[in-house]
Amino acid sequence: MLADPSPPAAAIDPEPPPLAPIPYVVRSVTTETPDTVTLTIRPSATRRIATPRPGQFNMLYAFGVGESAISVSRATPEGELVHTVRRVGKVTNALAALTPGDTVGVRGPYGRGWPIAEARGGDVVVIAGGLGLPPLRPAVYAILSQRESFGRVEVIYGARSPKDLVYYDEIQTWRRRTDVRFQTTVDAAGRDWYGDVGVVTTRLPDARFDPPKTTAFVCGPEIMMTLSAKALADRGVPRDRIWVSMERNMKCAIGLCGHCQFGPSFVCRDGPVLRFSALEPFLAVKEV
Amino acid sequence: MSAAPPPDLVGEIANHPLFAGLDPKLVRSAASTAQEREFAAGDLLAREGTTADTLLLILRGKVALEVGAADRPTLTVQTVGPGEVVGWSWFVPPFRWRFDARAVKPTRAIVLNGPALRETLSRHPAWGFAFLVRFLPLIAERLENTRIQLLDIHAR
Amino acid sequence: MVGSGTGGPRTLPREEFPAFFEALRAEGYAIVGPTVRDGAIVYDRLEGVDDLPIGWTDRQEAGRYRLERRSDRALFGYSVGPFTWKKFLFPPRERLFTITRDGPSFSVAPEATDPTRLALLGMRACELAGLEVTDRVFQGGAVADPGYSARRSRILRVAVQCGQAGGTCFCVSMGTGPGVRDGADLVLTEILEPGPHRFLFEARTRAGAGVLARLNAPAAAVADERTAGEIVARTASSMGRSLDTAGVRDLLRETLQHPRWDDVARRCLSCTNCTMVCPTCFCSTQEEVPDLTGATVERWRRWDSCFNLAFTELHGTAVRKSGLSRYRQWLTHKLGTWHDQFGTSGCIGCGRCITWCPVGIDLTAEIAALRVAPASTSKEAPR
Repeated sequence: MLADPSPPAAAIDPEPPPLAPIPYVVRSVTTETPDTVTLTIRPSATRRIATPRPGQFNMLYAFGVGESAISVSRATPEGELVHTVRRVGKVTNALAALTPGDTVGVRGPYGRGWPIAEARGGDVVVIAGGLGLPPLRPAVYAILSQRESFGRVEVIYGARSPKDLVYYDEIQTWRRRTDVRFQTTVDAAGRDWYGDVGVVTTRLPDARFDPPKTTAFVCGPEIMMTLSAKALADRGVPRDRIWVSMERNMKCAIGLCGHCQFGPSFVCRDGPVLRFSALEPFLAVKEV
Repeated sequence: MSAAPPPDLVGEIANHPLFAGLDPKLVRSAASTAQEREFAAGDLLAREGTTADTLLLILRGKVALEVGAADRPTLTVQTVGPGEVVGWSWFVPPFRWRFDARAVKPTRAIVLNGPALRETLSRHPAWGFAFLVRFLPLIAERLENTRIQLLDIHAR
Repeated sequence: MVGSGTGGPRTLPREEFPAFFEALRAEGYAIVGPTVRDGAIVYDRLEGVDDLPIGWTDRQEAGRYRLERRSDRALFGYSVGPFTWKKFLFPPRERLFTITRDGPSFSVAPEATDPTRLALLGMRACELAGLEVTDRVFQGGAVADPGYSARRSRILRVAVQCGQAGGTCFCVSMGTGPGVRDGADLVLTEILEPGPHRFLFEARTRAGAGVLARLNAPAAAVADERTAGEIVARTASSMGRSLDTAGVRDLLRETLQHPRWDDVARRCLSCTNCTMVCPTCFCSTQEEVPDLTGATVERWRRWDSCFNLAFTELHGTAVRKSGLSRYRQWLTHKLGTWHDQFGTSGCIGCGRCITWCPVGIDLTAEIAALRVAPASTSKEAPR
């Protein structure tokens, strides 16, 4: 049999390039910590990205500077997006310097988010470290919006110091809720801090959950996630029900550029949220 | 022999995770020289450098373990709550506190007499061993947490 | 394999090979293929048969490549050179689109791709396998790469079966050659002897048959078909290297802490040569290139390598800082996790990474060494 060659494609591809950013306009900028800001943005024209699911991320583009992968911390059906950005490099510095009315490019949403439906019927433990809270925030809201579907809900948020806590006002409203237990801890604090002090895992003994029936969502720096996931596993939470959100260098976000590989996974496409059971052998090795 | 301790104090000690399940005679002995105390927010439970002669079992409230030097602000490195303990300097020569322990909110604790407990444990090595089996993991856990803090896990 | 529509294999005498070039052009193809330049056989535009590496061969060993004169006038008497066909589908540098300031906002202008249809003349069996690998990478996922797909739709794959194996070849181990099985439009076998210098042609697709139909080539003698089979069999039996692929994916997953990685890391220069010559390495990065006014920015994509320190930059530092971790990433990906990602090995056994490694690191030797259990595990730090 003869295979048919594919028909020649048109010289100009009519589809917008998959890596092309879509212009959004900055509505507001909130300073969270000395090096972190929260941007609220809206589509500036008719084109917009699909509504992200909790745990997904976007590529944010600063004109003439470049792109950075930033998790989505809020997304409204009207197309408004909230991203919290920490100044660490050229692109994030440019993003953090944006002011209301400025244009920012967006493409996305990318990746697999938190498997909230899989957690139904059992207890949920959410552990966030530092800037791990923004990608977990939409997951917490999704759980609270269908609260009766879950058992006990525990949220533990750890940061380096009190000034490194983000969404401080929102944390206070969460703490007042009776249908979720919210613990905050910092690694070290001055006398002006009346909350808990100790690494994030020290709060776990106080959390109430039934380990075999618990799903855990963990996000933060890699060491913090590894320690937290191990502590959860030690408590008896099944390793395949512990989910962590990995972070790696991303250029394309669609599994074509190779940068974000972690073992067999493309973090951009297969993650960022991945099962601890699949990650554990690689987390145990340096520089994978 | 000391006077019989108040029964509720014996019960509180026996229910505390550090002593739960240990020989009731050890609990009674520890209780015989113990007292229950309330601390207001801001009160010091221990002061760095002073003689350490107590082991505190926290029943309620929150205690901050603080370290500091003259040239820098005081830093809280850990908070301790109900079910946890403050102090092992009473067990380790030269028996001086290595940090400040300050109540950050109203706190109730059972204060055990360190020298008396030390003597009891040395006179009854089986009790001493059982006690250390409970006590050493607490120290190991503190050490582990200190190491994690050294990793500065939130620094990216 | 060959359908009735092709009319079966044909034989074309060497003297009439220029007619094949004409046939390709008549079918609308520009021709790219092997030619001698800078002391190597590279793939580039060909104007005529004389551009082919007539009478040249390559001698290859780990870290060594030399052109030598052959005793005959073979057109395809070499194995593979430092270039791969990948560059015609996935260029080393490519402008993806242009972004222009538009008031407070911006607009994006897509890039037109070159409409030229290319005949890739001289593809080896392993390189056809490499093409299938990059097809899976660039077209097999949820989002196909538009540039690759557009260029891919315009090529004609003209394979030439290998008449000799290079010193670093191991396509037999990888199951990719030297005989051409799938993936070609036309398959050629160069017959130097016995008898006159000639070529056996087989059309494998309608596009290939279209070219063949333009040639005044008689049906091949059964003896020529048999000779072609013997040539391939002789090449298969003279592979310069072999690689035991049994369970290699699991092996690489289980040996991430093997002391052999320290050993190879002491030799590896992180020069990126292996990734640049590999037919399947696909990693790329993107660059913003603004014009002088800052009003227009071009987005370029260019090849990147997992051996570059900046490749894994995260929060201002590299995840894979050591040369060990970067070599390990390359090899475990190529032969191991590639299976998880794309359902195939990333290695096609062409041997380029061995030949073009300046210190002669040989992945077949590295895999063999990883199969030997370490004498002592004392090097592994207690956890």
